[in-house]
Amino acid sequence: MQRIDVYPTHVYQGFKLRPGRPFPFGAHLVPGGINFSVFSRHANYCCLVLFEKGAREPFVEIPFRGAFLKTDGEPTWGEFRIGNVFTITVFDLDHENLEYGYRMDGPSHGAQQGRPAIHRFDRSKVILDPYARAIAGRDVWGQKPDWTDPFQYRGRIVHDDFDWNGDRPLEIPLEDLVVYEMHVRGFTHHASSGVKNPGTFAAMRAKIPYLKELGINCVELMPIFEFDEFENSRLNDRGEMLLNYWGYSSVGFFAPKAGFASTARMHDATMVADELKTTVRELHQNGIEVILDVVFNHTAEGNEYGPCISYKGTDNATYYMLTPEGYYLNFSGTGNTLNCNNPIVRDLVLNALRYWASEYHIDGFRFDLAAILGRDALGYPLANPPLLETLAYDPILGKCKLIAEAWDAGGLYQVGSFPAYGRWAEWNGRYRDTVRRFLKDDCGLSGAMAAGLMGSPDLYSGRGPTASINFITCHDGFTLADMVSYNWKHNESNGENNNDGANDNNSWNCGVEGPSDDSGVNALRRRQIRNALAMLLVSQGVPMILMGDEIGRTQQGNNNTYCHDNELNWFDWRLLHSNADLFRFTRNCIHFRHAHPVLRGREHMRNRDYVGSGYPDLSWHGTSSWKPDWNGNVVAFLLCGRHARAGSVRDDFVYVAMNMHWEALPFELPVLPAGMLWHVFVNTSVPSPNDAHDPGQEPLLANQRSFLTGARSVAILVGR
Amino acid sequence: MAFDASLEMTSAGIAKIVLSGELDAASAPRFREEVERAAEQHAKRLVLLMGDLEFMASAGLRVLIFAKQKMGRDVDVYIVGAREPIVETIRMTGFHHSVVLVDANNADTVESL
Repeated sequence: MQRIDVYPTHVYQGFKLRPGRPFPFGAHLVPGGINFSVFSRHANYCCLVLFEKGAREPFVEIPFRGAFLKTDGEPTWGEFRIGNVFTITVFDLDHENLEYGYRMDGPSHGAQQGRPAIHRFDRSKVILDPYARAIAGRDVWGQKPDWTDPFQYRGRIVHDDFDWNGDRPLEIPLEDLVVYEMHVRGFTHHASSGVKNPGTFAAMRAKIPYLKELGINCVELMPIFEFDEFENSRLNDRGEMLLNYWGYSSVGFFAPKAGFASTARMHDATMVADELKTTVRELHQNGIEVILDVVFNHTAEGNEYGPCISYKGTDNATYYMLTPEGYYLNFSGTGNTLNCNNPIVRDLVLNALRYWASEYHIDGFRFDLAAILGRDALGYPLANPPLLETLAYDPILGKCKLIAEAWDAGGLYQVGSFPAYGRWAEWNGRYRDTVRRFLKDDCGLSGAMAAGLMGSPDLYSGRGPTASINFITCHDGFTLADMVSYNWKHNESNGENNNDGANDNNSWNCGVEGPSDDSGVNALRRRQIRNALAMLLVSQGVPMILMGDEIGRTQQGNNNTYCHDNELNWFDWRLLHSNADLFRFTRNCIHFRHAHPVLRGREHMRNRDYVGSGYPDLSWHGTSSWKPDWNGNVVAFLLCGRHARAGSVRDDFVYVAMNMHWEALPFELPVLPAGMLWHVFVNTSVPSPNDAHDPGQEPLLANQRSFLTGARSVAILVGR
Repeated sequence: MAFDASLEMTSAGIAKIVLSGELDAASAPRFREEVERAAEQHAKRLVLLMGDLEFMASAGLRVLIFAKQKMGRDVDVYIVGAREPIVETIRMTGFHHSVVLVDANNADTVESL
């Protein structure tokens, strides 16, 4: 059946129009034309501005109210608005060659850049649609923008259709994930990557076999929403161009970062979408989920001095948290804070996530500075934040992973107390700090460490270990190799006199700051890296590994590399050869985790025997079996394989001894059930390849009663 | 150069479409018509000769999928002699899974089509 509402009713400067449909917001292809729909509560004037691709001047500006012609040429009055939504359908546009924006006006009371204001309408500016699903202007990464162009970020039209070939999100249980936090460009941009179109989604596809071999089953992509790498770009005193490389500054929430697509140089928005979708599809085909690191806490518009890109000019008072005078509240540390619990903004966030989940088959989301999402319009933390509740109960997001970075730059720290609604997991910052301190032998941490190893039941009682995303390193802070090589940050090349970046690194340089030719220091560093990885991968909860830690990637002591598009951030594939032993160690630890469900409980341990095996599900030990020392630098535990997955599957027994003392210590081994023997999987005190054996091929332990765990070393035994 | 697409059916029931010029949103319907014509004649195979095709936008890529859907999954779609940027585009956007890419220099294969 042909619809009866697909015919033009009005004409403006030769362009055929009709009143549009308010839903969905944004610009969508409809039969014969494009439907435009944009919200503003406070605008009293709106105009659709259409450009040919890349043109400086628009080819037409169509007002949403005024004098039009009927299709028969008779003059008529038209108003294309329903409630607070301006909506119009324009026919016969060449959508591939089109860029669009809006001009809005409304109360502004003489608002000026640099001065506080509640409203910032400015009819002289063309602004980006907050719902733009493709954004032009920064298509090719690093290509210097023409700053004199008055319309920097342009909406484009994108086809939704894609040949998914039966793909759907994988829905891997959270407890089975091994997450790899990575930057799309950094992963393959280094010349050593040896792939075509380095630094792009397509290049990432070419490296899927690497991820698979490592054992990763989930990549968490640092921001891929369109951002401007030239935001705050500048030269440092070495003459290096500093960019907004990480991208934690969204220009738009619906558009993929075009500069990450090899096809972006074609200036065809749909190809960018196709390339990303193809990448997701192939990751899924290889059993790898895709989680996006999403930044909804602020935008790229900065404070009152920042540019007017979209939200400021569309409805400043709706989109931002403002003081009564009109200053931007700054809980993000970047100038502004998105007004997340305003119903309009809540819908924006929800619709964006639904779009990514349904249109791009994204498996989950990690929310940057998520504590902000629980604040009200004046910044006060809400007891029952509507946005977080909405996301937790949303039908389309029903199987997505939702992960909070449960703190913000305004001092709200919610690790363990983030409003979870039975859904939300958290980056466990306390786990990171505890493991780091335990590793460097801070006093009396064995008790805290034990909690971390068990998925932090003290933090997540009732939520289970999967509420805990365990990590020791992430993009913020030192890499693992730097964590054992530097006591202090070295951020001079960021051009901020080393004032930026965290100071509480809990790192230890093993005796020398930075690179060393002391073989003893280097041996200790290698061991500490392995200790950290071993601890992470035997912890209950969800392990997350930072891109490159498996090959010893260094940032030369820089713990805040947000601005470096250079070797500090790029994955150097040559390290895969020079540190092949570390890669092998990491790979084996990951595969060991996959092989042993006893390491991946859905529920917290009960510390008792509930299957009649004669062993508690989990028992704690020390240098003497069954005698833990809760205030020392030694931790040992035994997982009973009969209790794997709450007793529903049968696994081997796993025993882990962690000796952070500076001397080797003999650990008395718990006695196994009759017929079982101890085998050695990991011993970080011996050189490769005996530091980690291939899972399933672990050699029998000669002395079944005691294991000498080397100085600052970890041993993992498997009983079968 | 203006877009052109012309269909030729061989006696063996193979549809050959010669494409030239720029295949974008404006010209894609023209290509689509030829595909529909080939489908109506129950072509056993679709061979797209792209040696003179200068450019293909995402709308053109979509006609390739349309062809697969219209003609059935068991009708193979061959793309012969496409220029490197077009092949690259097809690969980067993942459409190479749906078609068979054939180098025009590969005389034996081309002949057998």
